[in-house]
Amino acid sequence: MSAVTYREGLRIGLREALASDPRVFLMGEDVGRYGGTYAVSRGLLEEFGPERVRDTPLSELGFVGMGVGAALGGLRPIVEIMTVNFSLLALDQVVNHAALLRHMSGGQLSVPLVIRTSSGAGRQLAAQHSHSFEAWYAHVPGIKVVAAATVDDARGMLAAALADPDPVVVFEYPALFETKGELSGAPVDIARAVRRREGRRVTLVAYGASLPKALAAAAEVDGEVIDLRVLRPLDMAPVLESVRKTRRAVVVDECWRSVGLAAEIVARIMEEAFYDLDAPVARVCTEEVPIPYARHLEEAALPQAEKIVAAARALGA
Amino acid sequence: MSAAHTPAPVPPPPAGAVPYAREFSLALLEDMLRIRRLEEKCAELYAAGKIRGFLHLYIGEEAVATGAVRALGDDDDVVATYREHGHALVRGVPMGAILAEMYGKREGCSRGRGGSMHLFDARRRFFGGNAIVGGGLPMAAGLALAAKLRGESRVSACFFGEGAVAEGVFHETMNLAQLWRVPAVFFCENNLYAMGTALERSESQPDLCVKAQSYGMVALAADGMDVVAVHEAAKQACGIVRAGEGPVFVELRTYRFRAHSMFDPELYRDRREVEQWRTRGPLHTFSARLKAQGDLTEEQFLALDARVMREVEEAVAFAEAGTWEPVEDLLRDVYAP
Repeated sequence: MSAVTYREGLRIGLREALASDPRVFLMGEDVGRYGGTYAVSRGLLEEFGPERVRDTPLSELGFVGMGVGAALGGLRPIVEIMTVNFSLLALDQVVNHAALLRHMSGGQLSVPLVIRTSSGAGRQLAAQHSHSFEAWYAHVPGIKVVAAATVDDARGMLAAALADPDPVVVFEYPALFETKGELSGAPVDIARAVRRREGRRVTLVAYGASLPKALAAAAEVDGEVIDLRVLRPLDMAPVLESVRKTRRAVVVDECWRSVGLAAEIVARIMEEAFYDLDAPVARVCTEEVPIPYARHLEEAALPQAEKIVAAARALGA
Repeated sequence: MSAAHTPAPVPPPPAGAVPYAREFSLALLEDMLRIRRLEEKCAELYAAGKIRGFLHLYIGEEAVATGAVRALGDDDDVVATYREHGHALVRGVPMGAILAEMYGKREGCSRGRGGSMHLFDARRRFFGGNAIVGGGLPMAAGLALAAKLRGESRVSACFFGEGAVAEGVFHETMNLAQLWRVPAVFFCENNLYAMGTALERSESQPDLCVKAQSYGMVALAADGMDVVAVHEAAKQACGIVRAGEGPVFVELRTYRFRAHSMFDPELYRDRREVEQWRTRGPLHTFSARLKAQGDLTEEQFLALDARVMREVEEAVAFAEAGTWEPVEDLLRDVYAP
């Protein structure tokens, strides 16, 4: 056991993946010489060479499509898209190609592609670098979507994603890059949601950069915290088990509130645990505004621990 | 027509000696005839309601798939578009499996999940059947990258229409493919119209080879109505790629005799233009050349045609006898449903 940062966790995961399987290669904008936009891949070019740590031009659609083809051709590409906002330029290859090939080919093809991208706000990067589109990806059958909220997941989700025969989108959170945690070194399961804190009064459902906020809020309201971890296909069992115990739930989601992941979680709680509830399920999401630059406005737009506490208290927690 | 559109002059029909052994020439002729007869039957079956959805016929363009796919080896990759019946057929996908796919039957080459636009055959490295214009380009470049990194001598052949060159992904892929010298051949099937939009109404630079050359890529152009010209260009392109000299762009100038799809009233082109291009038809001009050099008689042609028609009838019987996948299997072959 040793304490490392989330960023180091990501780098360790990448190094392990490149070292353990010659079919694995990393490509993306500035992953090599520059060392990664967030310094995640620093040192990997020197260690593994330019064929396997491959700098790309600014052609998200092109290099994600090449990742799809390389996966079909027998490799295990890790494609990094600098931010989820830029991933919209590549959406056609993800949604119309990677996600569909297994089905359209009647089960003949699989696309063992891993896409890593960073998501979320909190660093005053303004509207074109701060959004959260996890829900857009989680809408699509044919891809698995996971979100790393801890150091262990930052390291271990990659290996699990690479072991998967189909496309996996891994969300990483720059707001968490400096956070530190113990690295257990244990293999990571990307099929399960996990309880991160026990509590009695209310269930707080969160993922990604919202997890530390939910944990901070939970300390004040005797909350139980479930980290969703896998956003598609959702693992609702730990959520429902917790809701049946606490009888209250607040869903925290950095995506916008309308038509988002939180709405889906709430709907599933209604379908499965309606009669176990003592209060309507609440949501704490990002306000319906492009993320503003000014710090106080950005903070006001995002889910915060105080908002989660207030939402939980309003339910009687 | 609403907009001024001056069609390019129609070149004279393909002519001259066919420089192949008779057996190979007849194989080329048979491939083209198989595509033609299958698709004529498809049009009939569409009218009869047996095939639904979109159906894009390749009639008129048979020399392109035939000449190009015949230049590939079994280990090479093929990525095609939604107008891909011909490519699948020449690649070796059985005609019955293709037709059963159009029927939506479980015995189809994509188990009825794809239809006319999404024919797949993993064993023959036939990667679709792609109905997003330009969508197959980076996929083919990625397959080629995989071959290169794995040290395999495969070539990835990508077929796409001239309409795709207006897509950003075409330019991203040309740049990436040339930058990384991947072993791919980009076969641009220039049939002059992207649905109803003529090339010179959509491109500031209608010379497509210039676009590829601007990325430093070798570009060849050939008459897509002449199976000999196509095959020679394809062999040359594959030779350059296999020699490790990077990807090659091949423009094949061709013409679609039928409508874009079964829903197209063809308001955008003059009947006379279609008639002029029909004089360049790849089947009758190639048969005439073979006859002129004593490689084919009318009787032999009729016997070949009869054999192809039997294959088509057998394919229809196979598709008719096919079964419907049970609805209980609806979520089969979906990842993370």
